[in-house]
Amino acid sequence: MKNSVDENFELNEVQTLEGHTDRVWSLAWKPAPGIDGVPAVLASCSGDRTVRIWEQSPATGCFQCKAVLEDTHTRTVRSCAWSPSGKFLATSSFDATTAIWEDAGGDFSCVATLEGHENEVKSVSWNASGSLLATCGRDKSVWIWEVLPHNEFECVSVLQGHTQDVKMVQWHPSVNILISCSYDNSIKVWAEDGDSDDWHCVQTLNQSNSGHTSTVWALSFNASGDKMVTCSDDLTIKIWGCDIIRMQSGDGYAPWMHISTLSGYHDRTIFSIHWSREGIICSGAADDAIRFFTESKDDLVDGPSYKLIYKKEKAHEMDINAVQWSSMENNRLASASDDGTIKIWEFISAPGKKMHL
Amino acid sequence: MLLQHIRDIKDPEHPYSLEELKVITEDAIEVDDKRSYVRVTFTPTVEHCSMATVIGLCLRIKLMRSLPPRYKVDIRVAPGSHASEASVNKQLNDKERVAAALENPNLVDMVDECLAPSLL
Repeated sequence: MKNSVDENFELNEVQTLEGHTDRVWSLAWKPAPGIDGVPAVLASCSGDRTVRIWEQSPATGCFQCKAVLEDTHTRTVRSCAWSPSGKFLATSSFDATTAIWEDAGGDFSCVATLEGHENEVKSVSWNASGSLLATCGRDKSVWIWEVLPHNEFECVSVLQGHTQDVKMVQWHPSVNILISCSYDNSIKVWAEDGDSDDWHCVQTLNQSNSGHTSTVWALSFNASGDKMVTCSDDLTIKIWGCDIIRMQSGDGYAPWMHISTLSGYHDRTIFSIHWSREGIICSGAADDAIRFFTESKDDLVDGPSYKLIYKKEKAHEMDINAVQWSSMENNRLASASDDGTIKIWEFISAPGKKMHL
Repeated sequence: MLLQHIRDIKDPEHPYSLEELKVITEDAIEVDDKRSYVRVTFTPTVEHCSMATVIGLCLRIKLMRSLPPRYKVDIRVAPGSHASEASVNKQLNDKERVAAALENPNLVDMVDECLAPSLL
């Protein structure tokens, strides 16, 4: 079966991580520590109610399960996210709580439990400085928490606005704006009024302004933060852009504008999307396939366009719920599936092949 | 023949099977074995049937237990047969909502009761 679209690329399966006894919902690579010699670490969370920590052995290069965080969440663990320092891991669960774990040299202990959501919490995200945390869930709300000393967390805002289940929240990589996406088919942008803890919705992207026409499952920012990509049950991927200079200058809010819609590439729900530091967008979908897209330099007359550069069919035996580029190695990717496994991949330019320009 | 897996599922409200109530008929199931795809279309007994999502859940669970894991299953109400057709279909095909529902013990009990006769 021919997988590749562009023969300049290869996706090599490096390892399959087994251990979870139910579907794996989400993955998070521990942030790069900024010093050499520290092994790569990956967190995964599952319908089996546990979180697993996988560490790469410096000697063999293989990932091994170093810890299983169990007996805390009483239902599916849906999402996990490392704090920017790598010292904390937040895990969100269908049990309506978000647990905060402290990593003390490989030994994890739950140091706080955030309660408040009425039912399943679906996503958790730390802002760039690690001073704020956001959560969202089926109760249609988005909560913003302030990180205080001594492992205290205080809720500073409960944001209403979505009319249905909120699937994911993501903080912008450099500015304190929060984006959420929902079963109500919309994407909402939340920002603070001055420094007042007064958060409100500053923009909604929906069908009326080129938005999605079904549940939006995930979103991801590019490295510079001037673009974001969203994926949906409507079988499309959409790319949005903003005036990042204006956004960072604090000179009022700079709205997100639709740049491109990628349709016709997926025939089942796209659950996950992640933009690499090198500009490659990776999608994971319910057809068991992983796809890679990048900006096309061919025709800039109407603005940037995007093209599919590689597709790996049957990457897993069942739906893919999460894809995440490594925080440390540019060509490394992890994927998680309903089949209970996690796979580590290497995405590289095939050596010796002629590059098309 | 997939019909045999689902024909005897009991309706949540009435002591009859889905087939007896004509909620499920033979042409309710479309199978594409080559692409490992199944679509089931069911007709709730009344337009405002509040049990439509429960019936849909029962169908999904039964098929999940009967089919190889590679199968993709879509469940929907027959077009025009329910007042909240789009809303019901969306819930039934949202994997995360289904997963959360199945962690609700009351709902699981209800589903198991409906599935019990079809296990014989």
